[in-house]
Amino acid sequence: MTSATARRRSLAVPWRAPLAAAVALMVAYFVILGGILADPSQQLTFTSAIPQAQAQFINAVTIGAIYALIALGYTMVYGIIELINFAHGEIFMCGSFVSWWLLTTLGFSGAITDPLLLLGILVLAFAVSMLAMGVVGVVIERLAYRRLRNAPRLAPLITAIGVSFILQNIVFVVVSNSIVTTPQIIPNTVLTFGFFSIGLINLFVIILAVGLMAALQLFIGRTRLGRAMRSTAIDRDAAQLMGVDINTTIALTFFVGSALAGAAGVVQGLYFGITVFNIGFQAGLKAFTAAVLGGIGNTTGAALGGFVIGFLEVISSVWGQGRWSEAVVFGMLVLVLVFRPTGIRGQQLADRA
Amino acid sequence: MSGEPPTETSPSGAGSGRSGRTAGPAWRVALGRVGAYLGHHQSLAIVLGLAITAAALPLIVLLPPLNGFGTQKDFIGGFADAGVFVLLAIGLNVVVGFAGLLDLGYAAFFAIGAYTYAYGASPFSGLDVPFWPMLLVGAIVAAMFGVLLGAPTLRLRGDYLAIVTLGFGEIVPVVFLNADKYTNGTNGITGLAQPSLYGLFGVNGFGFTNPWPYFLTVVAIIAVAFIFLYRLQDSRIGRAWVAIREDELAAASMGINTVTTKLLAFSIGASTSGLAGVFYASKLSIVSPDQFGFTVSFTALAMVVLGGMGNIWGVAAGAFIVYEIQAQGLKQLGAFVQSLHIPTVALGPLSVDLGSINFINFQYLLYGLALVLMMLLRPEGLFPSRRRRSELHESPEEAAESNEELVQA
Repeated sequence: MTSATARRRSLAVPWRAPLAAAVALMVAYFVILGGILADPSQQLTFTSAIPQAQAQFINAVTIGAIYALIALGYTMVYGIIELINFAHGEIFMCGSFVSWWLLTTLGFSGAITDPLLLLGILVLAFAVSMLAMGVVGVVIERLAYRRLRNAPRLAPLITAIGVSFILQNIVFVVVSNSIVTTPQIIPNTVLTFGFFSIGLINLFVIILAVGLMAALQLFIGRTRLGRAMRSTAIDRDAAQLMGVDINTTIALTFFVGSALAGAAGVVQGLYFGITVFNIGFQAGLKAFTAAVLGGIGNTTGAALGGFVIGFLEVISSVWGQGRWSEAVVFGMLVLVLVFRPTGIRGQQLADRA
Repeated sequence: MSGEPPTETSPSGAGSGRSGRTAGPAWRVALGRVGAYLGHHQSLAIVLGLAITAAALPLIVLLPPLNGFGTQKDFIGGFADAGVFVLLAIGLNVVVGFAGLLDLGYAAFFAIGAYTYAYGASPFSGLDVPFWPMLLVGAIVAAMFGVLLGAPTLRLRGDYLAIVTLGFGEIVPVVFLNADKYTNGTNGITGLAQPSLYGLFGVNGFGFTNPWPYFLTVVAIIAVAFIFLYRLQDSRIGRAWVAIREDELAAASMGINTVTTKLLAFSIGASTSGLAGVFYASKLSIVSPDQFGFTVSFTALAMVVLGGMGNIWGVAAGAFIVYEIQAQGLKQLGAFVQSLHIPTVALGPLSVDLGSINFINFQYLLYGLALVLMMLLRPEGLFPSRRRRSELHESPEEAAESNEELVQA
């Protein structure tokens, strides 16, 4: 949650953040380009490598958007009750299974060409998955975490690990123990604007993610419930004294965070075309890294961190080191935690034991 | 574990001493004296307790319901594997139970210990160091990695440590998998040397067909680890761990160097895990990256939580019970349900065929449920340590009572 000081600071130098972002994106682009040129199996020239670099760049943004959506849930829950919700990655996984179940039940297996039908089905898939996951998040909070709010710190963490295993293994036992193919209903078209081209699916994911994040910012920043969330995050007791219903507010935070993970789950199915019961573990770890990178508790930071992780992953795979991407992300997590535990944009100091 | 657990605080005479004082029948007085003696000679009590357990287990499996499930030899082999998890659990207990740090990458140190043995005694490296010194080497190497990981991260708050260790636990198998030039990748390292002890167990001593030497070895290792950990728990360091767990700020202001103390807990836990890894590798004679996934860390955590964080005997019992449920219980349950010939139940579109359910698939679901339910209903575990129980149930009477006990002890 953005605090007042941060907003003042960023208002004072409005050009600094966009400039830094632009420079970072350019550097990332050239690193990707370099990786493609350095690939000995392709032997590309500078001009022939550019379309590929562009595609990889957009791929990175798309993957980053998925991580950003998951990271938002981590950071919101952490911001409000200081709990690493290990089950959050599994909620993302469950979301991907809900959309798989819905789309296959409705009888879709490939691209839908009718634009109106496509739009309708997409809205339906996102609505169902987000709602279902939101409810799951609230139920988890109610059953597993609420009673432990004042327990020793270890207790809710262990519970969260337990919940994550419960979710993962329910899917494992009940649905499938191997990789499931999900219907990719968005046609595989590439839109070209001059020399810039982008896949329809990438455009859709990026617009969706940015839209959801903007809506979240508005919700937290401008509405009464958002204000309740911010005040609960800053000081729970004081918020309660001011008449904020703490239980409802925390449940709402879980609902919103889990719904975003549910949306990310649908995107996972649409973009990659597969899902599997243990996908949430890795994704959760990476998204958590994104949240830490952005400064945990800070929603804008979490979104930024998600994109950084997306780029890191694509860059390591372009340079032929894809199998090390987890090690790279994890190394980054440790470095950030050790040298800058407040993250890129974080203000709260990680002071407690 | 059927042996009577000795009480857990230091001169644990508090309970037995009292029974010695009450005048009663001669056998009670004698028992009280034995109890008091063992209370003051803890190491002897541990050795006796473990010896009784180790002697009883092979006999118990010969009794009617159990002897139908397998031969004594099968059971002994299973107990040796259970011993590995007992070691893992009592090591993790130092980190989680004593110092209150959540280590979710514990299997990484297990893997490091196992691979250390693989480098020390296999055709892959060409070395042939005997098993016994390798036990020590494995423990030391694992402890070094513990320090390496802990030194930068133990300054952070507890839940960051949890996520960093989780990441570390993920990465170590990935490294063993990907650095195939040095680790032989997915196939792992095979043909690890079997231990030998001056031909004590015959020519075929430690072989695949004879589980007895492994069983006895693991009991001996557990006994040494028990004595070491009990002495440590009652030492200045043990008290420092409890102080940090309860209130780090207060502990620091009393002059405890919190980072060093936590690092010590972390590396001692890691070394126990490394020890278990060396033994495990020698028993299986093969190491590969997929043996050391997150599920191992998770299983060890479930064992510690179920057994009762902070109570060494309790945690060991928890580990043994959980391992046997996983290895025998679920299998037998499946066989039992299948033998009932329950007809397939159809509930609308869903049909449930109980006979074909593979109960072993449910193990992690059960562990997850166990963790959540334990934390909600009985956070002190099945066999709680006295101190934990007093912390977690803070009705004033109980607290006063247990404080009194602690003061007496």
